[in-house]
Amino acid sequence: MKLKRVVVTGLGALTPIGNNIEEYWDGLVNGKSGAAPITHFDAAKFKTRFACEVKNFNVEDFIHRKEARKMDKFTQFAMVVADEAIINSKLDVENVDPDRVGVIWGCGIGGIDTFEQEVVAYALGDGTPKFNPFFIPKMIADIAPGHISMKYGFRGPNFTTVSACASSANAIIDALNYIRLGHADVIVTGGSEASVTGAAMGGFNALHALSQNNENPSMASRPFDKDRDGFVMGEGGGALILEEYEHAVARGAKIYCEVAGGGLSADAYHLTAPHPEGLGATKVMQNCLKNAGLVPEDVDAINMHGTSTPLGDVAELKAVQKVFGEHAYNLNINSTKSMTGHLLGAAGAIEAIASVLAMENGMVPPTINHTVLDENIDPKLNLTINKAQKRDIKVAMSNTFGFGGHNACVLFKKLEA
Amino acid sequence: MSDIASRVKAIIVDKLGVDENEVTAEASFTNDLGADSLDTVELIMEFEKEFDIQIPDDQAENIGTVGQAVSFIEAAK
Repeated sequence: MKLKRVVVTGLGALTPIGNNIEEYWDGLVNGKSGAAPITHFDAAKFKTRFACEVKNFNVEDFIHRKEARKMDKFTQFAMVVADEAIINSKLDVENVDPDRVGVIWGCGIGGIDTFEQEVVAYALGDGTPKFNPFFIPKMIADIAPGHISMKYGFRGPNFTTVSACASSANAIIDALNYIRLGHADVIVTGGSEASVTGAAMGGFNALHALSQNNENPSMASRPFDKDRDGFVMGEGGGALILEEYEHAVARGAKIYCEVAGGGLSADAYHLTAPHPEGLGATKVMQNCLKNAGLVPEDVDAINMHGTSTPLGDVAELKAVQKVFGEHAYNLNINSTKSMTGHLLGAAGAIEAIASVLAMENGMVPPTINHTVLDENIDPKLNLTINKAQKRDIKVAMSNTFGFGGHNACVLFKKLEA
Repeated sequence: MSDIASRVKAIIVDKLGVDENEVTAEASFTNDLGADSLDTVELIMEFEKEFDIQIPDDQAENIGTVGQAVSFIEAAK
């Protein structure tokens, strides 16, 4: 069976450094940090009191209050970015065959804010259950694609992928494969997360996963830097319209690029720590190249998982050097998490968008906050430090890895004329 | 309008996102005010909380309009 080709025809983003695609790209190339003291809850007693929150977001500007209050924030983010991506794609939603349009979404946690509120109210009561009927449908991680399908009437494949911080990369890869196999013509994919809450921050603090640089939040996310001390929690969402190539051409859609392939692997090593030699990371990049029919020398740029944790960044770079050999020195390597923070289940989506936009604009966003290189990192690698770099990109790679040892990698390729 | 009626109205306006003028005594939650089955469950729970009463499921089934809600609550208080 000949696989169909899949292209990107629409983008939407709501991030800590910009509330739509244009603002997001502007933030990325200008090295803007999204980190600031937490406003969503009282974090005074927390080890980490800052995060990358979405700013100036009023949900009622986008969704009627009656509908918005039935959604956890992660679903509200999903609706906003899906809308932007669908509009951006110029898909004729009234006349497209709704049975051939799917929604495959990524989310690592789901409605944790809703869960906290309901359970706290129950715990403070006399034991009588007074749970809101919307509690469960607000909380469950699969509800975001459900809402998107209900708004637009899309009746194709519809589900959420959960693989912690790799979730939305998994969603993109599933979307790619379902279109390749002919199950849908168009899939709205991406991911969203809203985990700047007491339970989430406290939980990740307990894992010693978060930076505690409370004195200087905007400098806290510093992948590959000697003084990095953990990731910075982020929130938001990103959406991509993936479309079968002929379908996109037939309707005269703007094509950003081709989704060349996806790679999947597991570390099979530890709950939260990466394999120290980057075993799973090596495998996933190799799998992805093979799936895309490309060789290492074809790749120009990698947006790393690069969360700014002491172990993860080094292991990932070891893997890059193993996969790419001498060609690693020709790559533009960057971590946009230095600016956006770590959006957990939405990371794969907004970082895939960063790769697509880097290709579109011929410009690689920087890895900001870099002062002193970790001595365990090869200084000959181009980590795109502190300033965006011009680069004609034909092939871009995006890595994401999740707690549990899930690894996902996506390759985007400029459409050949 | 009684105190109970105005509090019932406020809850409906808040939860269903409808205009105050639409919340008449005859208005049906599902047919006139756009409530689905989950919205109706939530309304009943809000009435229980606001007025500190219990509305058993078999009786909740008989509360389909604004007026029926007000009458039930007045009788229960």
